Amino acid sequence: MTLLTRPSRSSEDDRATTAPGSRGAPRGLARQGMFWLFLLVLTVIFVGPIVWMFLTSIKTNPEATAVPPTLLPSSPTFEAYEGLLRLDGAYPVLRWFLNSLLAATLHMVLVLAVASTAAYALARLHFRGRGVLFVVIVSTLFVPGFVFLIPNYLIIDRLGWLDTVWALAVPGAAGAFGVFFLRQFFAMLPGELEEAALIDGANQWQVFTRVVLPNSKPALATLAVLSFLSNWNDFIWPIYVLFSPERLTLPAGLRLLQGAYTTDYPVIMAGAFVASVPVLILFLFTQRYVIEGVSRSGLKG
Amino acid sequence: MAPFLVIFVTFVLAPAALGLWMSLHDWDFMLASRPFVGLDNYLNLFDSTSAVFQEFWNGMRATAIFTVASVPFLVTIPLGLAVLLNRRFPGRTVFRAIFFMPYVLGVAVIGLLFRFMLDPNIGIVNGLLGTTTPWITAQPWAWISLVAMTVWWTLGFNTIIYLAGLQDIPSELYDAAKVDGASAWQVFRNVTLPGLRMVHLFVVTITILASANMFGQALLVTNGGPGDSTRTALIVMLAEGLESFRMGSAAAMSYLLAIFLGIVSIVQVLAMRERRPR
Repeated sequence: MTLLTRPSRSSEDDRATTAPGSRGAPRGLARQGMFWLFLLVLTVIFVGPIVWMFLTSIKTNPEATAVPPTLLPSSPTFEAYEGLLRLDGAYPVLRWFLNSLLAATLHMVLVLAVASTAAYALARLHFRGRGVLFVVIVSTLFVPGFVFLIPNYLIIDRLGWLDTVWALAVPGAAGAFGVFFLRQFFAMLPGELEEAALIDGANQWQVFTRVVLPNSKPALATLAVLSFLSNWNDFIWPIYVLFSPERLTLPAGLRLLQGAYTTDYPVIMAGAFVASVPVLILFLFTQRYVIEGVSRSGLKG
Repeated sequence: MAPFLVIFVTFVLAPAALGLWMSLHDWDFMLASRPFVGLDNYLNLFDSTSAVFQEFWNGMRATAIFTVASVPFLVTIPLGLAVLLNRRFPGRTVFRAIFFMPYVLGVAVIGLLFRFMLDPNIGIVNGLLGTTTPWITAQPWAWISLVAMTVWWTLGFNTIIYLAGLQDIPSELYDAAKVDGASAWQVFRNVTLPGLRMVHLFVVTITILASANMFGQALLVTNGGPGDSTRTALIVMLAEGLESFRMGSAAAMSYLLAIFLGIVSIVQVLAMRERRPR
């Protein structure tokens, strides 16, 4: 929490403080009190369930299912987490964690590599059909994702990728969002730097890697975080393309865990918490990028 | 460019075409023979005597109920929160992050969490309220639960988009309204709302699309129940295609749902254009 309170100094925030709609905090002590009370209630609603997940995971099962519920664990225990590790045979949670980490990291690297090169070509290189290609890529943004699920399953099968990490990391990287997002950013970069580099004898590839990429760090970081998050959290795709218990990702594994341990709530909540911690920590450190990315996707869409 | 094009063609363009082709065949993953059947897969979806008719339209109905019930909340509450967060007060970026936080969690996590919290017997929700409401085992509670948890989960996303939209409204408009002595409500009605028109269109469109994609919550919390009442179109489509492996039929379902969504978007764009102030 302390990290979250660190005031972020993005240009967007500076803009916000002088923004039109910001008419200052309400005047009057009573109204001021109401305002903060309201925010406090909202905060409890938003943070409460996540805290509850953790509190349950450090309770014993009888306490977790007690009626009426106890708010704080009477004697905190990490039994549920030890239980998770003991399940190693049929429910290798640690393995799922590593699978998720590997898939999300591979996916993120792949997105950055293919989206940045494609976006650069679309923003700066002149070739025949560029306009048409851009329109085709962007138009796929409007096709709902579920249309691709069934045929992609077949394609993954033909490639022999079912039940492998490639099925998780690769198809999603073909999404148009990354290309669109980076293209808009590259197009806004001042062209002078690139021209100067070209005059100095650099080729297009050198301009791309030494001038464009270093000047696009915020956009690349945003895309990296967003693609990591979406891959880590993906649920539909992994539950269908993965079969072996030891190949599952955390979200797919959690479903298995829920089926097998319906009533052992501390264990289930411990599993859910293990799946949440990495993304919550990532969000804590990169919330500026995440929020920036989301707001930009809205304005340009 | 080339690496992206390779995967773009393989995993976006090819499947779009392949899906269409499959939907015109009796395509069973398990069978070698996949005869061409023309539009039969589509016609079956409209034929009340066919095996898939009941299931498919029950799914479409569930998805429609969820969409109609959740979209109003997912538009109005984020708009209100965005106006609130657009005020200048200490810690506003912290609150912005807090309201967005649930969104970074996966549907598997929030599904398990709410299954536990909403448990009729031992759940904290009934515990706090002192009730015995059957949150997941009876209607309309199951819908109320699914809508409420989805609002909690995804509201931060729309809030951020509205907030960005608010910051793009020129401040001169607010100054002018102030000079004219407009009340806070008049300013909201006549400056803020018109200024957000495009953002509004975008938010409504993506929220409808996201609601139509509803899958994980219904699978993990209500498991399609009570009865088949929360078995959404996506659950039906994926069961048909990837569990029963009748992929031709499932592909036809996915295209039909996509066409429905397309029509809804077009109607909605036209409707919002109508309301444009002169």
